[in-house]
Amino acid sequence: MSPHKGVAPLLGSVVNLNFPGHYIHWGFVLLSLANLLVIVAMLIVFVLALTLPFVHTRRTQRGRATNIATDRAPVAGLATASPTVGTASGGVGHGVLDEDEPGLWTAKIRKAWLRYLPPDKMLPDSQPAYVASWIYVFGVLTLMSLTVVIASGTVLALEGPVWWHISSVGLFVNSLHLWSVECFFGFMAIHLWGKFWMASWRGKRQLTWMTGAIAFLVSIFEGFTGYISQTNFDSQWIAFEAKDAMNGAGIGAFFNTMNFGQALMLHIVVMPLVIGLVVVIHIVMVRLRGVAPPIEALPEHLGEPDGAASSITASSTARSSPASPGLSDAGLAMEDAATSREQS
Amino acid sequence: MALVVVVLLVAVLAILFSSPDVPPVTLQAWSSAQPIGFTHIALSELEGTSTSATYGPPYNHGSGSVQDIFGVSIQRAIGVTDPIDPAKDFVVDPLVTVSGQPALKAALVRYKSADQLTRRSWEQAYGRALSKAKIVNSQLEVPPGSYGPVGTMLASFLSMARSGGLDAQLVAHSGFYTTNYTNPLLFIGDSAVAQPSSYWNKIVTAQKMQSHQWGMMNETGSWPGQPWLWLYVMWYQIPPMSTSHNGDVEVIAIMTALSLGLVLVPFIPGIRDLPRWIPVHRLVWKDYYRTYRSTSQGHARGGTSPPAESAKTGPGAQPGPL
Repeated sequence: MSPHKGVAPLLGSVVNLNFPGHYIHWGFVLLSLANLLVIVAMLIVFVLALTLPFVHTRRTQRGRATNIATDRAPVAGLATASPTVGTASGGVGHGVLDEDEPGLWTAKIRKAWLRYLPPDKMLPDSQPAYVASWIYVFGVLTLMSLTVVIASGTVLALEGPVWWHISSVGLFVNSLHLWSVECFFGFMAIHLWGKFWMASWRGKRQLTWMTGAIAFLVSIFEGFTGYISQTNFDSQWIAFEAKDAMNGAGIGAFFNTMNFGQALMLHIVVMPLVIGLVVVIHIVMVRLRGVAPPIEALPEHLGEPDGAASSITASSTARSSPASPGLSDAGLAMEDAATSREQS
Repeated sequence: MALVVVVLLVAVLAILFSSPDVPPVTLQAWSSAQPIGFTHIALSELEGTSTSATYGPPYNHGSGSVQDIFGVSIQRAIGVTDPIDPAKDFVVDPLVTVSGQPALKAALVRYKSADQLTRRSWEQAYGRALSKAKIVNSQLEVPPGSYGPVGTMLASFLSMARSGGLDAQLVAHSGFYTTNYTNPLLFIGDSAVAQPSSYWNKIVTAQKMQSHQWGMMNETGSWPGQPWLWLYVMWYQIPPMSTSHNGDVEVIAIMTALSLGLVLVPFIPGIRDLPRWIPVHRLVWKDYYRTYRSTSQGHARGGTSPPAESAKTGPGAQPGPL
């Protein structure tokens, strides 16, 4: 392959990894040190996400909400927030809905959309107060990594499959693509582990889990098509090795791993569309059903399965919360809820 | 904010570590490095004894690489969809394109006009002679024998490969534009299967990418590869898959079942109960449980279902499966 040309000095690697890798051999397990480090890093980040105290970026609005399920903390990953608009029951847009002519399919869709997913639910600026762990951040980080994957992949697509072999800028963009993919899978795996141990499929959230799992599996296939689209030794060997599994399963009749054109089209057109669709459904389900409440949560903290406000007593909603120095916002909200429980 | 964090993290990783790019193996490089090994594989293509020639669907009607599970072969049921005749497609057709070599032209005419039995006898004779071949001044010298036109054909074939012409010819079968590298990859791959010390195998083994080296999840150099494939790759290391002729389809079946299981976790008793039995969730919601410890522990001590799962106190309080 031709040497990389262009503005190389600034964009070349600082640490040279282009040497025979170190491997860990333990019984039948044979792992490259690099892969092992990625896996260990993921596990460490997962444990840290579970154990490190969560830092709120905005204080919970005290005195307004009195229930753990309605008391809202800022959404992880959002730096700015605006006051909550409308109500969870879909108050926004009701006036518009009433003016729609019955029978028009556009109006029906809009009505249904606003009924089940009003703007404040689709783009919330707060979450239940028990959303107070770093593990919640990894869904957003996965989504942001996907954004970088798509952006870097778009540049590679615009320049063509050979560009990154002969240009140092191209190599740098390819590096962005590679590391954003590693981050994407790392964050997604931690997100998956977290949601499993939180049993986040409870409360009619099965479809949320299922779409997330499908997104993970589809991403693996997308990653595979990317690896065989690199037009280098790696893609050459992986395509040759993978053909037997594809042929054995009958998939080879429809997808030839050694057909670079087919693999590239799958990688940059078909699979991104599939992933995009599944991810959109997943996010809509997250918004629709809301965040799963804690396991063994008190009944009054469960919230409605569609993410709307939980049933709370009138006396509790009218009460203002006490300020307790030293407690976190979430703790305050919990205390509020505990107090309201006693009152009711 | 999250986007900024991810962009910075990815940029730092890209600047620090860059990305791997080992050039692909070419027929030119292989034939130059191992002319005898290359000619052995070319002869096996001509004889119809190579892995590609005996592979089976989707390339031909052989049975060498046909896999089944519980006696059912989807591969065979779907049949040949990408027909490949290695003798013709890999050797004879590329030689036909060579011009200015009357001896080669005559050899091809003689080879094509001979019956199958005669061809086999020439090929076998050449195979015996090839085992005693030597490299003299970078040239392949094969002892004389009664191998008819095959010697001339394969000598020209080697020259063509060493010049780089074969790399172009093997992808030119579909016209001016092409993106299909099936033929050259199958041809090079036949050496990986038949010759443990072949040119390609040496590079693959050095890069720790062989199947028994968990190669599918590895990357060249010291970069991380696809660690998320660990489970898929692991099954190939475990009997009976590690020694089975049907190993690929068996692993695919296992992974299909496990993938389905992952998607359907919320509906699988036992699996969906694990989060309650192993309370990692207490770390996630530690603030909540710290506040409500006595209540939740009371439920646990009582041996009853927790309130979230047992009580419906208001509209929409859905316990859900756990």
